[in-house]
Amino acid sequence: MGTEVFHSEVPLTVNGEPRRPTVDHRSTLLDVLREQLGLTGAKKGCDHGQCGACTVLVDGRRANSCLLLAVAHEGADITTVEGLRSADGEGRHPVQRAFLERDAFQCGYCTPGQICSAVGALAEAEAGHPSHVTEPGTAIGSPAELTRDEIRERLSGNLCRCGAYPHIVEAVEDVIR
Amino acid sequence: MQDTSNALGAPTERREGPDKVTGAARYAAEHTPAGCAYAWPVPAAVARGEITAIDDSAALALPGVIDVLSHLNAPRLVEPDDATLAVLQDARVPHRGWYVALVVAETLEAAREGAAAVRVDYAVEPHDVTLRADHADAYVPEDTDGTSGEHVRGDADGAFDSAPVRVDAVYRVPPLHNHPMEPHAATARWHDGRLTVYDSSQGATTVRDVLAGMFALPKERITVVSEHVGGGFGSKGTPRPHVVLASMAARVTGRPVKLSLPRRELAAVVGHRSPTVQRVRLGAEKDGTLISVVHEVTSQTSRIKEFVETAAAATRVMYGSPHGRTTHRVVPLDVPSPSWMRAPGEAPGMYALESAMDELAVHLDIDPVELRLRNDTAREPDSSKPFSSRHLAECLREGARRFGWSERDPRTRSRAEGPVLVGSGVASATYPVLASPSRASAHAYPDGSYAVRVNATDIGTGARTVLAQVAADALGVPVERVRVAIGSSDLPDAPLAGGSSGTASWGWAVHEACTRLAKRLSEQQGQQLPPEGVGATADTAGTADAESEYARHAFGAHFAEVGVDTVSGEVRVRRLLGVYAAGHILNARTARSQFIGAMTMGLGMALTESSTMDAAFGDFAERDLAAYHVPVHADVPAIEAHWIDEDDPHLNPMGSKGIGEIGIVGTAAAIGNALRHATGVRLRELPLTPDRVLAGLARGM
Repeated sequence: MGTEVFHSEVPLTVNGEPRRPTVDHRSTLLDVLREQLGLTGAKKGCDHGQCGACTVLVDGRRANSCLLLAVAHEGADITTVEGLRSADGEGRHPVQRAFLERDAFQCGYCTPGQICSAVGALAEAEAGHPSHVTEPGTAIGSPAELTRDEIRERLSGNLCRCGAYPHIVEAVEDVIR
Repeated sequence: MQDTSNALGAPTERREGPDKVTGAARYAAEHTPAGCAYAWPVPAAVARGEITAIDDSAALALPGVIDVLSHLNAPRLVEPDDATLAVLQDARVPHRGWYVALVVAETLEAAREGAAAVRVDYAVEPHDVTLRADHADAYVPEDTDGTSGEHVRGDADGAFDSAPVRVDAVYRVPPLHNHPMEPHAATARWHDGRLTVYDSSQGATTVRDVLAGMFALPKERITVVSEHVGGGFGSKGTPRPHVVLASMAARVTGRPVKLSLPRRELAAVVGHRSPTVQRVRLGAEKDGTLISVVHEVTSQTSRIKEFVETAAAATRVMYGSPHGRTTHRVVPLDVPSPSWMRAPGEAPGMYALESAMDELAVHLDIDPVELRLRNDTAREPDSSKPFSSRHLAECLREGARRFGWSERDPRTRSRAEGPVLVGSGVASATYPVLASPSRASAHAYPDGSYAVRVNATDIGTGARTVLAQVAADALGVPVERVRVAIGSSDLPDAPLAGGSSGTASWGWAVHEACTRLAKRLSEQQGQQLPPEGVGATADTAGTADAESEYARHAFGAHFAEVGVDTVSGEVRVRRLLGVYAAGHILNARTARSQFIGAMTMGLGMALTESSTMDAAFGDFAERDLAAYHVPVHADVPAIEAHWIDEDDPHLNPMGSKGIGEIGIVGTAAAIGNALRHATGVRLRELPLTPDRVLAGLARGM
């Protein structure tokens, strides 16, 4: 067992702002966000990529930040729930507003992950990414139609123990329609 | 003046909603006082034994490690009533996963590495972790509150033996884990002889009181804050070891200490729903009228604490029968201490009773809704007390109407879509009306605003919001003018968010304080309020916990439609519909979310959730969220929750019953009964997994 601990300064863009945290090489992106940068919106539910509560957008794609070593993400553009905005940059993101309107949460602990995951999933669908339930033969690259089954499938990496799933699906539908 | 007539019952939006969707809401581990250190626990690696040596030299040699606590050096605490909190106090290991050491370090990474480097030697003893109904150590526990022990009416066994129609079946529910999304966590800080703890708890007043006892401090010198709590479902209902460990570590190191328990360790230290083996015997007339109901439950507990999964309690409430016996037996084993999990007792118990009722309906060829209606009762069978209100029949009829039950072909295997057989099932639900004494204060200010203070906890129920509605209703003012402070033990003492009793308990005190305040204000009609405002307080001790001459329970009915793939054995829920009679519903919006959420947990109990006690290692095999399958989006279809408004004058001033748990009660039975209707296969052990379904189909039963 080595007794040396390695640190590196890692330049990141977090919610649009340049940050240069010095990170322990063992640190996950989640722990750097929460413990060093004070961004506790991304939650630690399992620390093993099993629950999705830590979901953030990395270069526009959703990712479990508990599975990413911070030191390996030099230059990455990170968006957490704190950084989501409406298109004009003034108010809340439409997904955030829809969650409020549909009461799509109870305890709120999975909520930032659900919201970031939904934002990511909407972009993936728009870019034509198929899911497990997409009809075989659907043209690749054209926007995927987000039926309820598609929404459920694409958000299944985000657990909610309070059981807000039906309202989350309604909230995502509101954003699409 | 705005219209306030519908403050109670209105679908008011959650007050903390904006904070929760923007990430601003802070949970217990999201407070980082200056100089904060991090702790990581070390779980016992044997199922039973004694610690013989602890070598912390390698851990202490690691950069950043500050201290290693164990029973060898940890502060001696006053012995708590709850033995699961006596951590690092002696060398005993009562079960695998019991915490034997705690590493404190400058960073999370150092603490984790330190914990892995602590070497613990044990004198291992043989263990027994296997629950059997015929275990030699099984005993009937004392009945302290009417839900446990054994209750006998008439000649239950004799009447069963001579009944014209009999159902005799054994049902099994595996260990289940609460797994709230926020792991149990605490951030503790000692300063100026005071202790401040941010704790993930369902009730900060109790946490403060227990810490005061264990650390021999006056209550006034401890503040426990539980502002936002990421779910609990019973597992945070009382203090858990993490809050004791964090407080101890902060005292020893002189630093604030943050401890968030690793997900994989929760199953062993925060409680689980005990497995149950349940034998149900129903003796009936040929028209389905029950003559005798016998419900015998065997559950497990640990060596250090008696916990009884009171699964036969609901049978004392549900159906009329001249004869009845309900018996709990508990077996102490070398297992982690079980505890509350959403509807403890009722959820597994009603799975068994409502499955047995379905078996009786099938046997007699009586519609299962009709069978339940025939056995409805105006008096609680066990106590002979009249019900304060009971609208089970209305729930069943309304649910049947909304679900389209009349179009159901009662024959099994009557509906097929290729290899998928479709069926539907019904089950009743019940949950007792509970309330505990609480204090609260209410103030009116010259600017026309009001402030309500009560140490309620919002674990996701919307407590802030509904208490504002209760206050606005009692004061006769718009809800927007009422501020609500909850979530700190510095506020007026209040009981926990549990037993579906939070809103009733806190609301009762808030209602009383606000009613008094309104009276004072009306006496001052026209006069300017002083700058500090006018206040009133309430304490419902002796009122909220007064005995009632009525049996008070909520009732409900669950309807489920499932599709069963006869090739893969997979059961998919297509529709779930619940109708509840739970007094007045105080916030239609948050109530619906609670009902749907509990039904979702019931769906998990039916189809996916299961834990296995490994006999060789004395350990739960499913300890994380990859192995313990809580339902995901793709498992959950559209779920409908409806209610029948009850005007029951024998409840609290708001006229409400609890709503947090009844949604899980009966859901699993409705799904199991739907599986039976779809396929003819009766499974009597949860969950209804493909291997069991395929085996059932192969048996052709």
